[in-house]
Amino acid sequence: MSRVFGDKKTILILLLPTLSIYVLLKVIPVAWSLGLSFFQGNTLRGFEFVGLDNFREFAGDSAALNSVWVSVSFAVIVTVAQVTFGYLLALLYVFVLRRGSAFVRTAVFFPMVLPTVAVALLFKSLIAVGENQGPVNDAINAFGGESIEFLASTAGTMTIAVIMTLWSSMGFYAVLLYTGLLDIPEEVVESARMDGATGPRLVGYIIIPLSLPILLSSIIFSLNATLKVFDSLLALNNGGPGTTTAPLTLYMYRTAFEYAEYGYGSTIALALTLLCLVFTLVVFRPSSKRVED
Amino acid sequence: MTTAPSTAPVQLPTPRPQARPARRAARRIVRRLPVWLLVAVLLVVMLYPQFWMIMGSFKTQTEFFANPTWALPEQFNLDNYIDAFTRGNVGVNYRNSILVTLPSVALIVLAGLAAGYALEIMIWKGRRQVLLFVMGGIMVPGQMILVPLFTVYFKIGITDSLLPMILTYTAMGIPLTTFLMAAYFRAIPREIFEAATVDGCGPLRSFFVIAAPLMKNSMLTIGLIQFFSVFNDLLIALTFTTRPELATIQVGLLSLSDQYGSTQYGALFAAISINIIVLLIVFVFLNKKIMAGLAAGSVKG
Repeated sequence: MSRVFGDKKTILILLLPTLSIYVLLKVIPVAWSLGLSFFQGNTLRGFEFVGLDNFREFAGDSAALNSVWVSVSFAVIVTVAQVTFGYLLALLYVFVLRRGSAFVRTAVFFPMVLPTVAVALLFKSLIAVGENQGPVNDAINAFGGESIEFLASTAGTMTIAVIMTLWSSMGFYAVLLYTGLLDIPEEVVESARMDGATGPRLVGYIIIPLSLPILLSSIIFSLNATLKVFDSLLALNNGGPGTTTAPLTLYMYRTAFEYAEYGYGSTIALALTLLCLVFTLVVFRPSSKRVED
Repeated sequence: MTTAPSTAPVQLPTPRPQARPARRAARRIVRRLPVWLLVAVLLVVMLYPQFWMIMGSFKTQTEFFANPTWALPEQFNLDNYIDAFTRGNVGVNYRNSILVTLPSVALIVLAGLAAGYALEIMIWKGRRQVLLFVMGGIMVPGQMILVPLFTVYFKIGITDSLLPMILTYTAMGIPLTTFLMAAYFRAIPREIFEAATVDGCGPLRSFFVIAAPLMKNSMLTIGLIQFFSVFNDLLIALTFTTRPELATIQVGLLSLSDQYGSTQYGALFAAISINIIVLLIVFVFLNKKIMAGLAAGSVKG
């Protein structure tokens, strides 16, 4: 039996295509990009070895540091908001709506499959000011307020970006956490109720600790996705006003492809990769310890 | 707050007075009212923006200026859609998106299926390490491989086609897909493959005859995850779209908004609505699979 399933030729036939695509188009480019971060220039101009100059430049580049700040604050705010809202929705589905939750679950989930670009343009129209004013400002006017040009300020753009991301993905986190909650054994919840745990106490002492693993994987997944945010901020306001809401991904894209600084672009990409790694490890380390306890 | 289900061990001999259940029902309705209000607000927040956009796509330019935003269109006028297709290139964009997405997803699923089988069903030294090596790719952001790939594609002269996008999406989809396929193969009892071997079936044949049909469901699930991530991608499409004729729907939407931004709302509204309507139709038919698939993909990733 083990001879049959150890057949080298079969392994090679099945694994080789995948492995060669992966190595040629992913592993080698990553290594290449690592190498490029020590160079300056581009393919047309030629490359020049500059050692750690790119990293020094990065540390003193206010636009780069601002984009790190945009990425990190966006990731943290959105992660906290979408996991919290997702969890509240999941609790609503499981404990309040129960079997009747299917339609609500589906309706709230749907925006997740819409392209981020379409969602960003939809929100841009919703908050539009001027001759074709959107319903948001119309409502503000109806209550006697002045129209607000949300996209004219950094804080306004970030607020809209956070709300928009929340709108399109909280239904997804709700479904994720809902399946996690369904896995909690009925008897545990019932016996806690017998012991007099109701409402917030039941959630705080029984439900949250039991759904901790799925909460933590949601947090890690959300951080990883939001640190890589690109489409929504690009389509919403193109990183503006100015470059104040350009995340690291957008700054890298511009540096590499609009200014053709391949070397420095690779350095920024490396910084982004390290950021994702650090965030995952920070969340993962204490969580794996807690699970062991 | 909810009461424990009434187990009612003893059936009462006398019927209960009529007034009590009625009052209890009334009390229940009052108690449920905040919940229904909350759900109603939630649904309005989720659905109204999409409804508003689709309604807007039927409005004429004068209606946009003359009527309030929440007014319904005076008539269902298809000019905006015609405009989006003729002047906005939406048709070409859709064709490109499909020509890129379908081959990419097919390649990703097939490559992942074969690799999952080789790494999980086949037995050889070092397969754990190889699986970890492939999984490492899940963490790496797309930005990390853009510059080298752009250079290579340019050097071998394929930048004037959709091929760079297909190749890049395939490479980027492989890590998660291989990992998920391996996990799904782990759930299939080994005895099935062993029985086939006893019957004289070689490992390659059991891959095609037994493994592939058994994995149909998993292939659909993973295929859907990859479909949405490829179809909705902007980064790769923007980098490797060198001419407007190669633009996918996301790139097309972006340039349509730059072009029409503050002047022609109709065509833009129609282009976005096409996105919403088409995906809504797909979603209505496959929503259970899509929800389960996307959730599985993220927890395991």
